[in-house]
Amino acid sequence: MHHLVVDEWSRRPGWLQQRDPRAKLVVLLTYLVCVSTMRELTPPALVALTVPLAAGLVLGKLPVSGVAARAMLVLPFAGPVALAAWLGGRPAQGLSLLVRAFLSAAAVLVVAGATPMPLLLRGLEGLGAPSFLVLVVQFLHRYLFVLSEQAQHMRLAALSRGAGHGRARRRRALWRAAGGALAVLFARSHARAAAIHRAMLARGYRSAIPSLAHMKMGVPDWWLAAAGVILIAGLRTVLALGS
Amino acid sequence: MESLIRVRNLRFRYEDGTSALDGVNFDLYPGETVALLGPNGSGKTTFMLHLNGLLRGEGEVMVCGLPVDKANLEEIRRRVGLLFQDPDEQLFMPTVLEDVAFGPLCQGWNPADAQARALRALSQVGMEGAAGKAPYHLSAGEKRRVALAAVLATEPEVLLLDEPTTYLDPPGQSELLRLLEGLPQAKILVTHDTWFAEAIATRAAFFQRGRIVAEGSVAELRHRFGWAARLLPRACGRD
Repeated sequence: MHHLVVDEWSRRPGWLQQRDPRAKLVVLLTYLVCVSTMRELTPPALVALTVPLAAGLVLGKLPVSGVAARAMLVLPFAGPVALAAWLGGRPAQGLSLLVRAFLSAAAVLVVAGATPMPLLLRGLEGLGAPSFLVLVVQFLHRYLFVLSEQAQHMRLAALSRGAGHGRARRRRALWRAAGGALAVLFARSHARAAAIHRAMLARGYRSAIPSLAHMKMGVPDWWLAAAGVILIAGLRTVLALGS
Repeated sequence: MESLIRVRNLRFRYEDGTSALDGVNFDLYPGETVALLGPNGSGKTTFMLHLNGLLRGEGEVMVCGLPVDKANLEEIRRRVGLLFQDPDEQLFMPTVLEDVAFGPLCQGWNPADAQARALRALSQVGMEGAAGKAPYHLSAGEKRRVALAAVLATEPEVLLLDEPTTYLDPPGQSELLRLLEGLPQAKILVTHDTWFAEAIATRAAFFQRGRIVAEGSVAELRHRFGWAARLLPRACGRD
């Protein structure tokens, strides 16, 4: 079965992968604030906002095309709002919204792609995120794998019985069947998720997924946090003064 | 001799009203390996889930002298290791090492000690070389061994094995047999594989409609219930 690509990126031997998740999260937060509060996205601003992303991609040995393609998944959600702005006679604002959504998603992907999920969640908890929220994200992440696996199993089962081949009418029938398959997928994933939860309880799980990794902010981590925040906040200030 | 597990008049109904256990009495003594046999839906797995506190019905369930209740759950789950039928449900961490260390970490061991326990358990099942791998990259037999290591890492006193030979080819089954024979813990084994049960179990109990209807050796019960006996002589060349 194929598994989440982002999870595989997070295990690459990049410099960014070795940094403390809290340092990466602080830089990410600064970047997101900067992107969302910038008044205008002028070409110099765009270039400036791309620099930290490019640095993250290089330091994390992450594929540009892979990150860009996944960041685009956010566009259908931001699209309707951008379209409304466009139709309301503010095309620049609509475009700006799309660009901000894309840059934010790419930044989140860079951090998620350079940090294994259990560590990322411990980092969030370390920065004061509510434990309940972290717990919900833990299970969402785990069950995303379950859902993906179940979907792949069902796809293989359908293909083995001739789905996906043949005439248009059969393809239409397949689409209609897909609705029912979704319900089955949900039911099967739910049963599987319950079984996994039972297995976790059997091994002593209480309220948090523990990690072997020991979190400690070393000198490079402090450097990353400080340099990241100063660089991004500095760029933001310079651009604000220039506009 | 004092029993490690003592069950008296255990009854359990699922939420839809189906009666799964209907007055089960059972004892497990140190050093024993007991095979639970019986048809599908007869209550074997449901019974086993009670021994780890994952299900709770009416009646008395004592594990290592402790009643299975909320106050003792943590201790009971430390003492009773449960190997699930499907290893994919049991292995949920990103790497084999993290998965095997999950139990010790949940028990409160510090990361260094948990890692040492995990590596020891992996070496016990011959999987120390897979520590850094993702569980989903392993073969069925390897997953089974890693799942067993994950249970052994918590150093339980009792092992509960739910259909441990599922997904294993014959060499894999033989390997698992050798592995289990070398473990000192008392074991309860749910299985349809009477060859495997006969090879490892010191006695057996036969479940039917939520009750234990007979106890004895695997061979006796197989003969008495005519259970799988028709296929086995030809398939395995055994009588």
